[in-house]
Amino acid sequence: MIKIVKRDQPSRAIFFFTPVLAIFLTLVAGGLIFFILGFKPFEALKFFFIVPIADKYGFSELLLKATPLCLIAIGLSFCFKSNNWNIGAEGQLTFGAIVSGGVALLFYEQEGFYILPLVILAGAIGGMLYASIPAILKTYFNTNEILVSLMLVYVSKLILDYLVVGPWSNPEGFNFPETRQFSDSAKLPLLFEGLRIHAGIFLALAAVVISWFVFYKTYLGFQMKVSGFSLKTARYAGYKGKKMIILVFLISGACAGLAGVGEITGPIGQLHREISPDYGFTAIIVAFLGRLHPVGIIFASLVVAITYLGAETAQIFMQIPKYTGQVFQGMILFFLLASDYLLFFKIKFIGSKK
Amino acid sequence: MIIDINFIGLIIASIMASAVPLILASCGELITERSGVLNLGVEGMMIIGAISGFALMTVTGSLIIAIFGAMLAGVLISTIFAFLTQTLITNHVATGLALTIFGIGISAMIGKNFVGIPGKEFPVLFESLKDTIPLIGPILFGHSIVFYFAFALPFITSYFLKKTKIGLIVRAVGDSPDSASNQGINVRLVRYACILYGGAMSGLAGAYLSMIYTPQWIENMTGGRGWIALALVVFSTWNPIKILIGAMIFGGLTIIQFHMQAIGVRIPVQFLTALPYIVTIIVLVVISRDSRKIRLSTPSSLGKSFHKDN
Repeated sequence: MIKIVKRDQPSRAIFFFTPVLAIFLTLVAGGLIFFILGFKPFEALKFFFIVPIADKYGFSELLLKATPLCLIAIGLSFCFKSNNWNIGAEGQLTFGAIVSGGVALLFYEQEGFYILPLVILAGAIGGMLYASIPAILKTYFNTNEILVSLMLVYVSKLILDYLVVGPWSNPEGFNFPETRQFSDSAKLPLLFEGLRIHAGIFLALAAVVISWFVFYKTYLGFQMKVSGFSLKTARYAGYKGKKMIILVFLISGACAGLAGVGEITGPIGQLHREISPDYGFTAIIVAFLGRLHPVGIIFASLVVAITYLGAETAQIFMQIPKYTGQVFQGMILFFLLASDYLLFFKIKFIGSKK
Repeated sequence: MIIDINFIGLIIASIMASAVPLILASCGELITERSGVLNLGVEGMMIIGAISGFALMTVTGSLIIAIFGAMLAGVLISTIFAFLTQTLITNHVATGLALTIFGIGISAMIGKNFVGIPGKEFPVLFESLKDTIPLIGPILFGHSIVFYFAFALPFITSYFLKKTKIGLIVRAVGDSPDSASNQGINVRLVRYACILYGGAMSGLAGAYLSMIYTPQWIENMTGGRGWIALALVVFSTWNPIKILIGAMIFGGLTIIQFHMQAIGVRIPVQFLTALPYIVTIIVLVVISRDSRKIRLSTPSSLGKSFHKDN
């Protein structure tokens, strides 16, 4: 017989084990889906998860995709830890890219060491500005931040579309929806000859280190943790709730904006219509899969980045639709949330022995 | 300039038509939320309904199978949400987001083979009465059965919540799950039922889009309507009749945008397209500013998990 018993305390070992379990279950379910679609499950999984990263170029692509995911997820973990549901990182990324791209275009065909820092800073500020809208509306007008941040995603994409088609479009671009190429001084340097991985990865790593320090070594981190557990307790302890809400939104907006900078000033070097394959949404999954822990998020961003690459490879080699990537991402989150049950409940097998 | 009075009627009718999916999905979500469950997966359930309806219509050729199949698909996918949030007690927000991401992925995967296939004509009712009364005729007559159902739904929902015993139970579960449970009501069962009902309505809303409104399958064709439906529930302060008003405003914004483009108003098309989203934000701000009113009308246990220790 099986009996379910509530644990006295959530199990810490299981806290870090369940993400692994969730990934495993996703692979099993994914294999099953491939089987139903009429593919050989093991071969499909191999094309999805191993082939794309088997060589140097593939590994560079993996890091390229993991960089924005990691950066955004780190930012989101500030929000999620303190019970703020910012789900509009995709919009903050887009707006950050717009502002940073605008600054980069100001320096068109100019060179100088000061250009890149300005471009990066502009991206962070753009993301912060955009994230401040749901934050201010939440704190001063009591407006639901989930819906506002999400609506703003659609708005940001339309602003971008307007700019690259209209006023910012390349005058010599034959009406392609894209801007002029940024000058070399406005671009993040590529790290290796022939590979697309760029210096943006250092921004992500810096975010990891800083967030670890803030979470575990500062008073702010402690306040966030308390607010996450219980808003009542936080209020009782006299924490300035409003200030913190705005601060965590600004941090996560800055991170998303920086991810946007990486997307446009990296290998691409211009603004165009589709700068992000929904990194902002996928990063929500990364944040949860990484357990809102900086190191966990590094691993999670690598795992989830594979689903992007795998979807592309599987499409080329097996004609598996590329949206399978999103299906995998949704499943990872489902299984992760489901296996959290084990955190709070123990499943006991009571033998038939009397 | 002479404006044909029937033309105004047609514009109003087209506003109503674009309000239909919002009304359906919002009324479904309203019941779910009234039982204390916040399902953010409306967009995902809607897009699943859209592809299921279109695919079933193309494969079986039967509109009835397609419509009910889309609702069933909505029910099936919302079962995942119900099982996770009610049985495994997961966080409502995160689970709803997963549902949306998963739904968009699955729909695009299934829909790959249905891109570019023309839709079928959906039968309309009272076509012959359309020209009998000026202005009113085009508004009232010549629409699909789903259209009429959508405009009846807010009233049915209101009656259900206020006047029926089951409606009372739903409200009790949403406002005070503990005391409802003490009264012998199976809270989990009620919430399961409300979630699945919400799934069915979102599925129907999606099917309306892909089978009647723009009869074809386009990837991501719900385009944020699921999220606007969620905002409408807040806008209505959980009152189904007000959903009707909200949906008409948003339907109006969508339609006016088309007409302004047609007349040649010199506003970039992107700004007009962004209008419904911006207005949603403004409306949310205006509604939510009065925090006392919001607190009074929000189901007290909304988004909170309920677990009964046995």
